[in-house]
Amino acid sequence: MSTPLRVGAPTGWRGWLLDPAPASRNQARLGRWYRAWLAFHRNGLAMTGLVIVAALVLAAIFAPLLADRELAFHQVLEDRLQDFSWLHPFGTDELGRDIYARVVFGSRITLTIVGLVSIIVLPVGLGIGLPAGYFGGWIDSVLMRITDIFLAFPRLVLALAFAAALGPGIENAVIAISLTAWPPYARLARAETMTRRHAEFIEAAQLQGASSFRILLTQIVPLCLPSVIIRLTLDMAGIILTAAGLGFLGLGAQPPLPEWGAMVSTGRAVLLDQWWVATIPGTAIFIVSLGFNLLGDGLRDLSEARSG
Amino acid sequence: MTAPRGWVRQIAGLIRRIAGLLGSVSLTFLGLTCVTFVIGRVIPIDPVIAIVGEKATRSTYERVFKELNLDRPIPEQYWIYLKKILHGEFGTSLMTAHPVLSDLLRVFPATLELSVSALIVGVCFGIPLGVVAATHKGRWPDQIVRFGSLLGYSMPVFWLGLVGLLIFYAKLGWVEGPGRMDVSFDDIVPTVTGMITVDSLLAGEDEVFWNAMSHLVLPASILGYLSLAYVARMTRSFMLSQLRQEYVLATLAKGLSPFRVVWIHALGNVWVQLVTVIALTFGSLLEGAVLTETVFAWPGLGLYMKNSLFAADLNAVIGGTMLIGVVYIVLNMLSDVIYPLVDPRARTRK
Repeated sequence: MSTPLRVGAPTGWRGWLLDPAPASRNQARLGRWYRAWLAFHRNGLAMTGLVIVAALVLAAIFAPLLADRELAFHQVLEDRLQDFSWLHPFGTDELGRDIYARVVFGSRITLTIVGLVSIIVLPVGLGIGLPAGYFGGWIDSVLMRITDIFLAFPRLVLALAFAAALGPGIENAVIAISLTAWPPYARLARAETMTRRHAEFIEAAQLQGASSFRILLTQIVPLCLPSVIIRLTLDMAGIILTAAGLGFLGLGAQPPLPEWGAMVSTGRAVLLDQWWVATIPGTAIFIVSLGFNLLGDGLRDLSEARSG
Repeated sequence: MTAPRGWVRQIAGLIRRIAGLLGSVSLTFLGLTCVTFVIGRVIPIDPVIAIVGEKATRSTYERVFKELNLDRPIPEQYWIYLKKILHGEFGTSLMTAHPVLSDLLRVFPATLELSVSALIVGVCFGIPLGVVAATHKGRWPDQIVRFGSLLGYSMPVFWLGLVGLLIFYAKLGWVEGPGRMDVSFDDIVPTVTGMITVDSLLAGEDEVFWNAMSHLVLPASILGYLSLAYVARMTRSFMLSQLRQEYVLATLAKGLSPFRVVWIHALGNVWVQLVTVIALTFGSLLEGAVLTETVFAWPGLGLYMKNSLFAADLNAVIGGTMLIGVVYIVLNMLSDVIYPLVDPRARTRK
């Protein structure tokens, strides 16, 4: 407990945020976020991760400003397989396209895949986990059995088989990855729901006549979201690697698109003489997935420090 | 408690455990067959055309359509499919024109050789590194191990394989390149297990053995690094929870050397949990093998599946998925069975 009079207490907007006795709910909420940010800020590795992920998002948004679209997609056969130069910072590929520009535009594909997978996986995971945890009984048994079955499958191989069945392409790669990625979220949501099922505020809502659907959506979902989102951040790296793996095998984004995994695959043919064609896009995959891992680790440390 | 009664109860408990385990295993297996069945049906390629070709006459098409039982209701089709799978009939591979099962058995040893070697690398380095990280928590060895395993988590295995080939094969020439052994050594060693390193030792062909090893070491280390990252991380967290226990303090107070306390007593208790981790790691290695095999032209299950994919060879892809899925399920089951064998506490519980 802090004393009313604090020596050297922050003033101004920081003082308002760190006020031990917030005057409003919003002030308390913002203060909590600010304290979390301060703790996160001290974690150098986590900050590195945040910077990498932010850079990915910015690169995807401002790709046309960072690189010339023409260089990324237009084939200039007389300029093929060039070494590093001012015009081509990372050289050119086997069709004379600028690798730097392709990597920059490729960030859009990576971000699209990650975004789409999250949009699919979160509702499916919550949609299965929440009722299982809330209702219990046979609903729980059936839903968790299904989850266990999907959890017991090898992820990449199943995604591979799905991608093969649905045909190659980004959309199908996204569906394939999502189909194999949702079970952990269902389990997490179930566990989070079970710990809160008999909480007093839930019973209060029940007494007021709120429907189960309403309780799940307005009372339980907001409480589950933080841990689910942390888990999602940690999973991002795996999703990116699986997507890149599918691309590398030729089952993800198709050739003219600058998908990083597919770029590594085409660069294999000239690996020994023009090493940059395959390794530069691979490095991009590596850095981005490292960024998500660092960020996720930092967020997890934060939530563990707060809860324990 | 009298001895016989406890003994009887233990056996009864064991039987119940096994029954429960078999139940969940067969349920998972049914799920696996359901999924592969669905994959077989939603595939955009017409399975009939894949067999008869696009120029087949109407009557040929319909005959094959009936032969494949595509005119029956879907539940019946599934039932027929399940019966075939249980008899080990995965159909014929369109690419090799052999039964899929015999193809799978031919290519699987190569994958097994690669992933077992990778597992050995991962366990032999991962566990000691995890222990050292735990005993030096927060100091530089811990930081290095943690960051190193984070790198391992983040690397695309196919990229790491290419970089490894570039450096250790092309530039330094320390190891042999893609493939399982040099072409000149083909067909020297009779196939016994299908794993060339083992077969060459059995045949006493030292030269073949060293050549095969030289081909194996790079892909195995690269795949092993990924499992090392996971094993080291889990070992570290298990060890940390052990080192907090009072018996550690007690044994130290009794005058046992810290080395003995850490590596014998604490690690001894961690083994139990590690068994599960190692089993799961092995499963993920089989998956990583698909990509690694593509990079290293390793003629195993992964390369077989990849080639089948592009030949639109549905039977082979589904057969490969089933094989890896079954290995996965068996590994999960084994870790459940081994658990009470290595941990007396799990055995006497209830």
